[in-house]
This record gives sequence, structure tokens and C-alpha cells, in this order.
Amino acid sequence: MATTTSDVQIDIDAHDAHHGPEKGLLRWVKTTNHKDIGTLYLWFAFTMLLIGGAMAMVIRAELFQPGLQLVEPQFFNQMTTLHGLIMVFGAIMPAFVGLANWQIPLMIGAPDMALPRMNNWSFWILPFAGVMLLSTLFMKGGGPAFGWTFYAPLSTTFAPESTDFFIFAIHMLGFSSIMGAINIIATVMNMRAPDMKLMDMPLFVWTWLITAFLLIAAMPVLAGAVTMMLTDRNFGTSFFDAAGGGDPVMFQHIFWFFGHPEVYIMILPAFGVISQIIPTFARKPLFGYSSMVYATASIALLSFVVWAHHMFLTGMPIAGQMYFMYATIMISVPTGVKVFNWVTTMWRGSLTFETPMLWAIAFVILFTIGGFSGLMLGIAPADIQYHDTYFVVAHFHYVLVTGALFSIIAAVYYWLPKWCGRMYNEKLARIHFWWAVISVNVLFFPQHFLGLAGMPRRIPDYATQFADFNMISSIGGFAFGSSFLLLTYIIVSCIRSGEPIEDERVWESAKGLEWTVATPAPYHTFNEPPQKDKILSESSHVGAH
Amino acid sequence: MKQNNINRGFWIKLGLVPIGMFAFAFALVPLYNVFCNVTGLNGRGSNEQYIPSSKTDLDMNRRVTVSFLAAQSPGFPVKLYPKTKMMDVIPGKMYTIKYVAENHTANEVTGQAVHSVAPGEAAQYFKKVECFCFTRQMFKPGQVKEMPVSFIIQPALDKSVRDVTLSYNFFRIPDEKQNQGSQQLQQPGVLKGALKKMLNSSDSVQNKKKG
Ligand code: HEM
Ligand SMILES: [Cu+2]
Repeated sequence: MATTTSDVQIDIDAHDAHHGPEKGLLRWVKTTNHKDIGTLYLWFAFTMLLIGGAMAMVIRAELFQPGLQLVEPQFFNQMTTLHGLIMVFGAIMPAFVGLANWQIPLMIGAPDMALPRMNNWSFWILPFAGVMLLSTLFMKGGGPAFGWTFYAPLSTTFAPESTDFFIFAIHMLGFSSIMGAINIIATVMNMRAPDMKLMDMPLFVWTWLITAFLLIAAMPVLAGAVTMMLTDRNFGTSFFDAAGGGDPVMFQHIFWFFGHPEVYIMILPAFGVISQIIPTFARKPLFGYSSMVYATASIALLSFVVWAHHMFLTGMPIAGQMYFMYATIMISVPTGVKVFNWVTTMWRGSLTFETPMLWAIAFVILFTIGGFSGLMLGIAPADIQYHDTYFVVAHFHYVLVTGALFSIIAAVYYWLPKWCGRMYNEKLARIHFWWAVISVNVLFFPQHFLGLAGMPRRIPDYATQFADFNMISSIGGFAFGSSFLLLTYIIVSCIRSGEPIEDERVWESAKGLEWTVATPAPYHTFNEPPQKDKILSESSHVGAH
Repeated sequence: MKQNNINRGFWIKLGLVPIGMFAFAFALVPLYNVFCNVTGLNGRGSNEQYIPSSKTDLDMNRRVTVSFLAAQSPGFPVKLYPKTKMMDVIPGKMYTIKYVAENHTANEVTGQAVHSVAPGEAAQYFKKVECFCFTRQMFKPGQVKEMPVSFIIQPALDKSVRDVTLSYNFFRIPDEKQNQGSQQLQQPGVLKGALKKMLNSSDSVQNKKKG
């Protein structure tokens, strides 16, 4: 089954790509090719994005007006819970792994991932985990309704039967991410072109390497938390049950010990994507490359020591609140370094505004808004007011939707022409961009005001004084949701009938090894590793552009 | 192909990291308990009897208001309430108040009281000289039992804390063959508690809601 790359005759000719893969559907089941697996990951993530998005539409429709109109409160809670879980574990994380699979070997001049068979595994676990998670909706007692953070005792003593399936799904998702992460580390460390030093690596590779270390350190802690839940529920332990000497607050500590690194798992690869796109369209090397690397590493380290900023209201002593407050705010220093570096890269560059660049600029501005609201939440005395309100919802949607998701969309617009050798419809793509970027702000910006006025999160009904902003937010939500139909059309029509591209370098001044292979990217690439001079001349962070 | 060998060793080393972190998640449990007991955070404090030394200093310059609460945990049928709701105390001085338990059921009920002190900073300075929470309590059918609590708030308590709340929650202990009513009982550890529960899983007294 798995063909080793060495016994396949490689020809740089683009048309040869069609001789590579096996024919038929089994190709996708058996494949160990990093490009195939990347494609699988991306389509899986896109499907999950649409499913999770449909759930968000249910949420916004119910919140369109005060009062209970469309769904039962219990079902509403299942929607918020599954929306969060599916977006985090089904959409954002697999999408980034998909990008890593496609791009990392291309960017480091490697023929494939280091552990191709494990790669196949880590993908094919995902659909099963996803289906299992979704199937809980149809079980007796309904799906999980305790929020994506599944605090005990809601998720232990008071949870529906289906929670055991939820737990199993989380275990499988965790396995998949850990295997994916090990693979990425092994690839970057062992498969790099011999002449590529660590500090020659493009920033996307760096951010993913660091993310992969975060993954192998944080995901097992999540697995531990759900395992304890499982034994509390079924085998009579009482980790989180006060009656047996356990403590429900301990659940929150364990969860957020995973949870905070997790939010950086979802944003560091985004930083990498943006650091590739901006130099291309600013026609300047990335400003402050090494400070970017160190900033990424210090964000990753700090992310393990700030978790209790999610728990300021659990009765922490003043000293604890002070520590977690200062540590949290300290993270914004390396984050600020990155934002300044992106802006400086654009400064006095010969900017052009192709679609990927539009998304990247929107990322820089909107992610920064999310960072600011994060700072406000990190201030312990202020968080007493904001905690568990829509302000928190606004914060994490700015960093995750206009941050992580926007970077994924930017990456797809940036690399899709390389992958499939066809150009998307630039005019439609611009319409899509403006449609999405306006509606997403109509959707999430008013949620800041709702939160400051005291509207709690995770409720199906609300007091009438919140009516206007909720209606505005819902209208923005429907508009943003429908923009994904246009995105689907743009992507599908690009792949099927887009304008063919011959140039290796799809974007005029793009730098990077991925732009030296044929377009569309052949099934097998870099059987011969690139030489030092090529690596240096293709660097997006040294030399002229 | 040499490449592959390097990868395999690397793979195994990397695989140890998640295994270690999985174990670490479980290690957090005892660490968390030790941390809470030592610092008194989380209102736990220790559940050990405190022997007051004869020459404890009194802090006559201030009073601390202590409130007494009792929580009714679902599944525990005995009614518990304090006879005194609130009092001002001098730090360093010992006071005794009484809690009352009324068993209105027709059965014998055994329970363990778990205490909690708020705010968390006060927990380690709230010392109990006598308490019904040191031992399991057995309540006969129809019994009304008065149970004393003697306590001292140590003068080392931070000046900023003016109000302290002591609350109790009773948890039912499955009936056992021998009467262990007077046996010393620390808060059951997680695993110890689990073992007990498993051994008694045939009893119908478990109050955990399970579909
Ligand atoms: C400057 C950097 C940041 C700071 C200071 C910060 C701070 C905070 C604080 C204090 C909270 C807790 C609010 C509360 O529950 O009361 C929070 C929640 C959250 N943050 Fe951030 N944050 C930052 C960046 C990010 C990033 C980059 C992400 C993800 C990509 C993120 C994702 C989240 C999520 C998902 C939650 C909500 C979790 C929940 O309760 O469901 N944050 N943030
Ligand atoms: Cu956090």
C-alpha cells in the first residue's frame, strides 16, 4: 500500500502529477501522501465549519428577540455546547493540521511527512470522532448541554447519558491531535533539507513546530480530565465530587491548564500564516524574524502559567489573583511584538491588496481588538464584572473568528492556486471579503456592549433591555453565515473550472520553497532536497524581495 | 532508509511526552489537595483537632463576625441547622456554639460532615477544638441531636478579614456491618472514597444521580 517515495520516478513536469495517486475512492482511504492528507483534513474542517455554523444560526435565531421562540432551552444549551466543541476540535484545529500537512514539507524541502502511515491514522480517526460527537444529539436525554468547557458537576452528576460518547469522542480527537503533532515535530526536526538551519525556516514552520509541542503537552491533560470524568460517572471515583472528598473546582484547574494553551494552539499557526502572507504583498522581507520566533516561544511557555485567569471568580485569594493578572497581561508583550512586526513589514512596502492580503490585514486589525478585550478581561477586578457575560463571547470570537478563522481563509486564498493550479474568481473573492468582514463586525461588536451591560452568556432568553443589540447581532450573524455559501462556491468553482495558472510563483513576489515547485504542486515534490543558495534566495525573511 | 531509523527513535522519545503529561494530569489531584490543605485556600483547611496552648494571645483591638451555615445536600435526610446564626468573636479566644441535627426519618442514618470556611484566606486560621465533623455521626430514627463546635480564630488572621463564615454539609455514608460511628475519620481521599463506594455499590443509599 504505502509507496515509498524513493521508488517513484519523479518528473518536475506538472502534468506528471496525474500519474502519482491511485485511482478511485480508495486512494483517499489508503493515502499516505502529505498533500492528499492535507486535502482530507481541510475538507473535513470545512464540513465541520458548516455544521458548527448551522448551530450558530440556531443560536442567533433564538436570540433574535427576547423570549423563547424557536427551540427548547435544553436544546439551545446543546447547540452552544456542540457549536463550541465542533468549531474548536472539528474546524479550527483540523484546518491548521491540514495546512501543516500541505505546506510544511513544501516549505522545508522535504518529500513527505516523517511518519506517513501515522499521518493516515491521525486523519481517519477524526471523522469517527466527529460523527460520534454529533450522534449524541440524537440519543436519549440529548447531547451534552454543559458548555464546551464541560465543568463538573454539570458534566458528571447532572449530565445526560450521551456524555460517555462525548468523552470517547474527546479521547479520539486527542489521540488524533497528538499523533499529528508528533508527526509535525518529527518532520521539522528530521526531514528538513540538510542545508536548512532552524533559523532559516519560514515562520509558518516555526509557529507550527512550537504549536506541536504545546499540543503534546496540553492534549494529554485534557485526556486526563475526561478520563477522571469517565471514572466519576461510571466507576464510583470522586475526583470532582465533594461528597467523596473530591472537588469540582479542581476540574476547572485541570481543564484550564489544558484550555489556555489550547487557545494558543489555535492562534500560533495563524501568526505563522500571516507572517508568510504580509511579506509577499508588501514586497519586503518579514520585519524582525528572530524576534517573531522568540515571541512565539515565549507566548507558548507563558501560556502554561496563566490558566486561572478563567477562574478569577472561584474565590481565589488576592495573591493568586494578582499573580494570574500580571502573568496574563505579560503575554500581551510578545503578542504586541508580533503585531508591531507585521505593521512594520507593511510600512513603506509596495503594498498590493490581493484577496489573501485583504484577509491578512483584517486579521491584524481585528485580532488586535480581540487582544485588547482580552487585556480588559485579564484585569482581575474588572473581570468580576465581565466574567460569564457576552463580553467574553465577544472577546473570544474576535480572536478565534477574525483571528484564527480569518487566517485560515487567508491561507486558502493564498495557497489554493498553488495546490490546484487554478485561480479563483478575484471579483467574487473581493465581494466575499467585504461581505464577511462587515457582517462579522455587525455580528460580534455589539456583543461587547451587551456584555458590558450585563447580559450573561449561554442563555436562550434575556431581559428586554438587551433586545436591540441582540437583533443587530443576529442580523450580522445571518449575513456572516451566508457568506460561507459564497466561499463554498468560490472554492469549488476555482478547483473545477478556475483560470489555469502556469507560473510556479503564483504571486508576483512570493518567497518560499513552495513557490519553486511546479503549479499545480505535483504529487511528489523535493525528492532531491534544495541547496543552500536556493534556500537563502527563497527566504521570506532575509535579503531583498 | 537510515532516515527512518532516526525517526523511530525520535518518535518514541516524543511519545513519552504525552504519556508523562497524561500522568501529570492525575498527579495534579494529590498536588491540588496538598496545596489546598497547606494554604487553606478553597476553604478547606485541615480537619484535625486543634489543641489550644495555654497562653494564646488575645487580640482585643478587633472583633471578627462569624456566621454559621448548614447546607442541605440532596440525599441526606437529616435536617441540620446552627442554634446561633452569627456572633462577634475576639481573635484568640475560644467559643462554643451548637448545631442541631433532626432525623425525621424512620431509619438510622450515618453521615460525615464536611466543613468549609469563607473567605479562603481565613480557613487556616479557623481552628476547631471540638467538632462533630471529626467523626462520623449516627442518627437514630426520630433523634434530635445537639452537637457542639468549639473554635478559635487565631490572631494571625489578616486584619482585612472582618467576616468569616463557617458552613457544614453532611454527606451520607453507606451503612456498614459494624458500627464505626465513633471511629476517627479523615476526609476520605479520592481513591479511598472510591474504593468504599465500589464496595458498597450494592446498597441503594448512593445519592449520586445516575440514569
Ligand atoms: C492578549 C492576549 C489575551 C488575553 C490577555 C486574554 C485574556 C482572557 C481572559 C482573562 C479570559 C477569561 C474571561 C472570563 O471568563 O471572565 C479569556 C477568555 C477566553 N479567551 Fe482570551 N486572552 C487573550 C488572547 C486570546 C487568544 C489569542 C485566544 C484564542 C485564539 C483567546 C481565547 C479565549 C477563549 C476561547 C476564552 C473563553 C473561554 C470560555 O470561558 O469559554 N484569548 N481571555
Ligand atoms: Cu486563557
